[in-house]
Amino acid sequence: MSDLQTPASASAAGAATSEAPTTATAASNASSAQATGGRSFLPRNTLLRHLLVLVLCAVGAVLLLESTDLGFNAQVGYVAFYAIAAGGLTLLTGLNGQISLGHGALMAVGGYTTALLLDVEEPLPLVVVFLIAVALTSVVGAIVGVAAARLHGPYLAGATLALAVGLPGLALHFDDLLGGEQGLTVSTPDRPDWFTEIIRTLSGNPASGVKWIAYISVACLLVTYFLLANLMRSRVGRTWRAVRDQEVAAELSGINLGAWRVVAFVVSAAAAGLAGAVLALVVRLTAPTAFTIVLSLSLLTAIVIGGLGSLLGALIGSALLVFLPRLLRDAGESLDMDAAQAAEISYVVYGVILVLVMLFAPAGLVGSVRLALMKQRARRAAGRARG
Amino acid sequence: MQEFVNLTLGGVITGSVYAAFALALVLIWRSTRIVNFAQGAMAALTTFIAIALIDAGQSYWVGLVVALLSGLVIGAVVERVVIRPVEGGPELNAVIVTLGLFIAIQALISVLFGVNQRAFVPPFSNIGFRIGDTTLGSLSPNTVYTLIAVLLVMVALIALFRFTRLGLAMRASAFGQEVARLLGVRVGRMLTLGWALAAVVGSLAGMLIAAETAFVAPTFMDSLIVFGFVAAVLGGLDSPIGAVVGGLVLGVALSYVRGYLGDTLVGLAALVILVVVLLVRPGGLFSTTQTRRA
Repeated sequence: MSDLQTPASASAAGAATSEAPTTATAASNASSAQATGGRSFLPRNTLLRHLLVLVLCAVGAVLLLESTDLGFNAQVGYVAFYAIAAGGLTLLTGLNGQISLGHGALMAVGGYTTALLLDVEEPLPLVVVFLIAVALTSVVGAIVGVAAARLHGPYLAGATLALAVGLPGLALHFDDLLGGEQGLTVSTPDRPDWFTEIIRTLSGNPASGVKWIAYISVACLLVTYFLLANLMRSRVGRTWRAVRDQEVAAELSGINLGAWRVVAFVVSAAAAGLAGAVLALVVRLTAPTAFTIVLSLSLLTAIVIGGLGSLLGALIGSALLVFLPRLLRDAGESLDMDAAQAAEISYVVYGVILVLVMLFAPAGLVGSVRLALMKQRARRAAGRARG
Repeated sequence: MQEFVNLTLGGVITGSVYAAFALALVLIWRSTRIVNFAQGAMAALTTFIAIALIDAGQSYWVGLVVALLSGLVIGAVVERVVIRPVEGGPELNAVIVTLGLFIAIQALISVLFGVNQRAFVPPFSNIGFRIGDTTLGSLSPNTVYTLIAVLLVMVALIALFRFTRLGLAMRASAFGQEVARLLGVRVGRMLTLGWALAAVVGSLAGMLIAAETAFVAPTFMDSLIVFGFVAAVLGGLDSPIGAVVGGLVLGVALSYVRGYLGDTLVGLAALVILVVVLLVRPGGLFSTTQTRRA
């Protein structure tokens, strides 16, 4: 058994990495071409365009939060923290080609930091707490990233899987500080008076703690996506794509592969840290059971469904993560299952979706639509050239 | 001193199960260049099938045989239906497919059998042997059975690959698909068979771990997939002997961590070992190829 040789190993591994843009990620390159396609009504300048979209989204978010009830507002908070983490992950996996199953654990770092910082007599301002959580998670991300920069594919998946399984053990080991199995209850900060005033003059709705936290979550989401979108369209984003698609060519152009991979991991970890901080506020509890491998796999599902490398895709995928389980739970309970069992149905669906998307539409929802649009436009252009 | 001996023995025994699980991962990696992250979930499913049978009044041995057979079928079906289309494609796609299977199968277990922990009655006593006045906590009839079962499987696999035509055909398929095909080997069938065999070995590892811990929940194989992967990487992912040695080394190392530092740090210790190996000796302790960029 031991004398079985595998000369194919080197070439197989090499071929997989040096392959030109894979279908899964090719679609993420499309949007910049689309933006300069001439038919867009948005400004050409990237920063202006993103600022305009940011303002439109902010107005849309306020309208959404004020026209729906408090229960829905709470759900929006859930969508926000999933989407923040998924945005960071889609940058890492879609743009830089590195997979991470450890983002659930990185979210735990941000969540526990927030819980600890808020659990004092005179807590720091929320912005400072969030920044500290982000900074700390970035440091952890840098450490993981240095190790991860040398790995790819299954090795990286396995290593980050080990991180996701191993790190929650720390919360159990230091149970005096981190609350062990029960976790930490998060004392949420009071809403300021000006917020109550604004909401009253804006819509006449009564302001509440839930609403305040929903607004904080959405604000964090919008700021994160604005920053990530600019980063992805900049020189930095283009460098990451070069590192992903053509290692040798990128290296010949003077790009330090390892350093850029670490930077991608740090940015991605920073987003995960903020997501963890928002999670702590929305859920009001940080416990090891909230940051299992299932959380990491859910994030992966969100970005794969939406389309790797697309922020819009990550947002759509995150919304599915929140609203699909409710539908399925109702269906399961009508089938006479107990609540915990019915909740598991959604994970069966996530897994099946992951497999089906990879087999039939590796570009995901947004990517497939973009590819179809591009094909259509190319056909029309070809027709015009001929006629 | 007695504790040290106990921990070492316990480590070797748990390590032998890690070794079996790592061997299953290596079998699949050699033939298809895919790490099957769904292996733990698949093994958990077959273990729960066995538990359902045992609860229905059947003996442990009927449960074991059915678990291994259902492992065979699940492994073959998984390879033929969902893995074949991503074989040889971008490596990220294959990883995501196995992760999808992982989450789907694990949740399916909860839907079918409930989310709660269940007791698992081992086939032999879990009470340690007594030598004179001292009790060897980690050496019991059940752990001896575990050791023998793993040894039997390894001998059977060596015999299959060294002395049979079928084993030769499987080695040829892993060595060079095109050449094997030209020589008349049905490569597709050999790959399916490889996945099926690996799933059987994984199922056995699941049954043995269940007997050792005496309690199983749908997620009970989560840590084993990590430990199996670390053991396989210790051995270089390519080498079956390396996987076995890696499993034993990891088992003993984690046993010391569990005994001297605490149960909660075992997962983190596995992570540290994995990262150190990947950074210092990415080809594993027994690397045969120098060219792989890990």
